[in-house]
Formats: sequence, structure tokens, C-alpha cells
Amino acid sequence: MAANTEDFVIVGAQSSDANEHISKPALSFWQDAWRRLKLNKLAVISMWFLIFILAFAVVSNIFVPQKAANAFNSDKVGVYKNLPPNSGLPIPGWDGKIKAPGDTTVTDVYASQGVPDGERFILGTDNIGRSVAKRVIVGLRISLLVAIVATLIDLVIGVAYGVFSGWKGGWVDNVMQRIIEILSSIPNLIIVTMLGLLLGSGILSIILAIAMTGWLSMARQVRNMTLSLKERDYVLAAKTLGESSSKIAVKHLIPNMAGTIIVQIMMTVPSAIMFEAVLSAINLGVKPPTASLGSLISDAQAMLQFYPYQVLIPSAMLVLISLAFILLGDGLRDAFDPRASED
Amino acid sequence: MTEEAPKKLVELRDLQLYFNQGKANEVRAIDHVSFDIYEGEIFGLVGESGSGKTTIGRTILKIYEQTAGDILFQGKDVTHLKGKQLAEFRKDAQMIFQDPQASLNGRMKVRDIIAEGIDVNKLASSKAERDQKVQELLDLVGLNKDHATRYPHEFSGGQRQRIGIARALAVDPKFIIADEPISALDVSIQAQVVNLMKELQKKHSLTYLFIAHDLSMVKYISDRIGVMHWGKLLEIGSADAVYNHPLHPYTKSLLSAIPVPDPEVEKARQHLEYDTSIETDGKTREMIEVNPGHFVLATPEEAAQYQAQQV
Repeated sequence: MAANTEDFVIVGAQSSDANEHISKPALSFWQDAWRRLKLNKLAVISMWFLIFILAFAVVSNIFVPQKAANAFNSDKVGVYKNLPPNSGLPIPGWDGKIKAPGDTTVTDVYASQGVPDGERFILGTDNIGRSVAKRVIVGLRISLLVAIVATLIDLVIGVAYGVFSGWKGGWVDNVMQRIIEILSSIPNLIIVTMLGLLLGSGILSIILAIAMTGWLSMARQVRNMTLSLKERDYVLAAKTLGESSSKIAVKHLIPNMAGTIIVQIMMTVPSAIMFEAVLSAINLGVKPPTASLGSLISDAQAMLQFYPYQVLIPSAMLVLISLAFILLGDGLRDAFDPRASED
Repeated sequence: MTEEAPKKLVELRDLQLYFNQGKANEVRAIDHVSFDIYEGEIFGLVGESGSGKTTIGRTILKIYEQTAGDILFQGKDVTHLKGKQLAEFRKDAQMIFQDPQASLNGRMKVRDIIAEGIDVNKLASSKAERDQKVQELLDLVGLNKDHATRYPHEFSGGQRQRIGIARALAVDPKFIIADEPISALDVSIQAQVVNLMKELQKKHSLTYLFIAHDLSMVKYISDRIGVMHWGKLLEIGSADAVYNHPLHPYTKSLLSAIPVPDPEVEKARQHLEYDTSIETDGKTREMIEVNPGHFVLATPEEAAQYQAQQV
């Protein structure tokens, strides 16, 4: 009646090469994502900015050691203190002249304080005569160090914890998720204060505080992704082929959530940088005389009306870096979005 | 075929799989199912969505753990295999999945997808040998060699399904569970894949468990058919017997639902409603052999009735 063997004619499997040929160039997932990321100008600019800043922070270690940024000549504080930014070019606001509040004329501070001729500070000096440029560079390094540590912890602890919890499921998952909930219910500030009491405030206690709590949201996201991915047919296929759990995680689960992981990192990093800045601003962070962007801002805020550049320069740096991370994260999310990539 | 090759490859004995056992939302996905699959045959399993066909397939491959009952493969119990023996079993029994899009990892090249089984079981000693094997498998399913370096999303549904078939064949299995391998493909491609599967079966003397809900396709490919509903196996028999002389009312209802590509006949076709009370009345029913090789789930009285209807 409906289906007889004779009714079917083989049309497919032996068809010509031309029929099977794919002329489109072979693009891997990453190449495809890169192609889409390139379309987003802001994300590309942010990416180059971050690459530049990172390279700069690394290279600057040679030229601007921590000591040079902290040192000042106590005999000549009067000469070097609070010098405005001076580019050496006649650019208004960047020529070493400043109009003090209440004054009607601008004064050349370099001349009036008797700074030797030819000596300039591109970003000015602070209230005891230290170069703001050098201190911002050192502060930048600390912020980026925090960013890198936060990334590593997110990647190593967050991803591993999430995959394990999601993959095992059952009571293991239950216990692991409750642990996350307990950890995330402790306010960060309390952890830092405790660590500060234990270890003394400093970069180590900030990093430990981030290590203890920074990976929680990553672990949650990865666990959720794992729960949905582990029911996918290709994971079942790998299971029926006898692939071990750890191989399945590395070959199938993590590559398929790479987008989520990267975007999550891009969101964690600015919050970690901000966290450090806030802690330093309330004196729970790096100890003076070490500079961080946060401590620079808090040190200078008393003088905001007189020497606004001392606050604005580190603040601008902080905002630019965070903004670049967020914009790049946004671009990456669009580039990785599987729904957008379907045809 | 059944008569000439009576050697059993897979035996299911009173298999049960209950989800959420003992709770209010208990689901009897597989409810006392027993059947045999003989070596070299294609056993078709049909039934509506949610009737437990796929669950049976996955339970045989030990993706799910059964609640009770045994699964025998080549006479050996595979339900409690561990370690090396389990790896051996995995090499002999493979699966083709329903959705070719979902069953291929989009982050892996076709070569690595196909070679996954080769890598896991260390079937190739060198990279050249591995590539060689992938090449052979691609040829086998009718794909070009330059397809090996491409990603799944670049292929059509039929091509992807053939990649899935190549992956299953990579470990040289004896038994393949085809879990609705054609239901996600459009009709013009279905024949392509089914014919490829038939051809491979002859070449490699494979045994299939062919799960589907398309009765005409199952009739075309299968030697024997089992009909499932609500986790129970209702009827087993040779493809011709089940298709042309159905016994169980559910099978009759299923068959009456097949559209006929002839407007005159189609107009006259009447769909038989299935009265589920035959399964919910609480009587104990067993598989009873009404005709040689044709079993139906029934009480003795019903069996007698079925017998009488035929004559």
C-alpha cells in the first residue's frame, strides 16, 4: 500500500562530488567569533586599549620601579609640591600654569616655586612633590594585578567548581551550591577587614578576599551551563563512545561555554578593580606609600578644589580601564552569541 | 530472516525504568518490557512520543540505569559492567541520534568528531593511521575528504546525520541503536540516510534497533517491529505481520493514522480511535504468542479473541 521497497530510489549517498562540495572557506568557531568581533568598533578599540595598557604596565616595571614613585626629596617639598601638569607645549591647562580659586590671573607655578628650568612633570606632582605620572603607573600595575588574579581565580576555581558541581549533580551538586550560597552571604567588606586584621592590610589581603568570593558567580554560571549541556546529544554520544568524564568536560563542555566564561570574566574584572579601588580609598587596601588608583583618589580628594588634576587623572584611568573591559565584554558576548551565529 | 538467524544478540528481560520511584510524580518510562533482537536483523520500535522508545535505547547503552530487569548482550549480562568490560561493550554497541544538529559538537572539526571513538579506544597507533581511518569512514558514508577539516554547522542535515553515522561506525560496532535517525530530516533526505543505513548493514553485518514513529519507514527498513505505548510493549511481530495483520487495538489505531498518497483512498481513510481503557483496567496482561513469532500484550481471553478475529 504505502511503502514498498521498489518505490524508493537511491538519490543521496552516491550523488556527485559537486553536490557534496562546500565552497565556503572553513571557519573555526574562534575565527567566526573574531570576524564578528571586528565589526564592533568600540570593542576593537577597547581591546587594543587594554592590550596597550597591559603591555605598558609590564614594560613600565623596568623604567618606573615602585621605589622611584614613592621617593621624594624632603628638603625640596616646597619646590616640587602640587605642580600642575606640564606638557612643555602651549596647551591651555597642560602648560604648567594654573588658575587658583579666587585668583583672576593664571600663575606659572613652575616659575613661582622655582623649579629648575627644563624640569617638567607631564601629569604634575602631588602634595609632597611626587610625580603623579609615576604614581598612576604604579597604581595601574596594582589594579591590573588584581584584574589578572581575579581572572585566574575565576578560570581555575570558578570553572572547575561549576563543571564538577553540574556534572556530578544530585547531592554533590546540592552541597556545593549551598557552600556557594553561604560564601556569598558573607559581605566582602567583613572578609577584607578580617583578613586585614590577620595579615595586615595590603595587596595580599585584597587578593585573598577576591580569591574567596570572586569566583562564586562564575561557578554558578558554569554549573548552570553544565546542567544544560550535559543533556546534549553530543555529550551522550561521547558517553556511549566511552569517553571519560574529565575528557568530556575539556572537549565538550568547556569549549561550548567558552563564550559565557569569557563574558563573565570581562564582567568580573572591572568589579575586582573597583573593589580594590574602594578598599584602598577607605584605607583597607594598599598601605602608603604604595600607590594604587584608589588610594591616589582618596589622598587627593581633600585638595579637589585646588588641584583637581590630582583626582581626575587616576579617576579617568580607572574609568577608562573598567569601561574598556565592559565594552569588550559586550562585544565578545555578541560575537559568541550562538543565536546570532546560526546562519 | 528471523528464522534463519535465531542467534540472539540483545535480550531484554522484564526491563523496568521508573523515574522518581516511589514519589507522587513517578513515571514508568519502561514498564516490564522484554524482547530479543536477533543477530543481523533490523528491529523497529514504534510508538507515540513519550512512549519510552528512546529510553529503552538509552538504557541498553547504559546512559540510564534501569530500575529492575536484565539486559543481555551476546548472552552476557551488561547491566553491571565496569571498567574494561564496559569499554568493550561500548565498542560493540553504538548509537545514532535523532537530531544531527544537536548530536555533533559545534566546536570540533568533523575529523575529531569521527575520530573520538578511535581516540577513546586507542584504535589508531599514529596520526596518519587515525586520518586514514577517518578517511575511510567518510568514504563509507559518502562524504568528501576535504570535509574532515570542516565544522558541523557547514553541513546540511543529511550530511550531518551521515557524520553521526560515521562516528558510530568508527569503533566497528556490531549493534547500532538508531534513535529516530530520520525524524529530524526532510523527506527527500530520509531515503538517503535510510538507504545508507541498509547498505552499511549488509556491508558490515550490523544489527539495528531502529526507533521511529514513522510506521511506513519502519515497515520499509525493519525485519521485525515492536509497538510501544506508555512504557509497555504491546505487540511484537515480523514487519509484515504487524503491518498487515495488526492485533492490538493500539497498533490498529497507529496504522489507521498513516496518510495515503492517493486522494481517493485518503478521503475514505478512517482513523480508528484508540480506547486506552484496555491498558488502565488493572487486569494483568502478558505477552502471548498468537501466531508464531507474533506476540501481543493481552489477557488469555483477549488473546483468544485476537486469535478468533483473524480467522
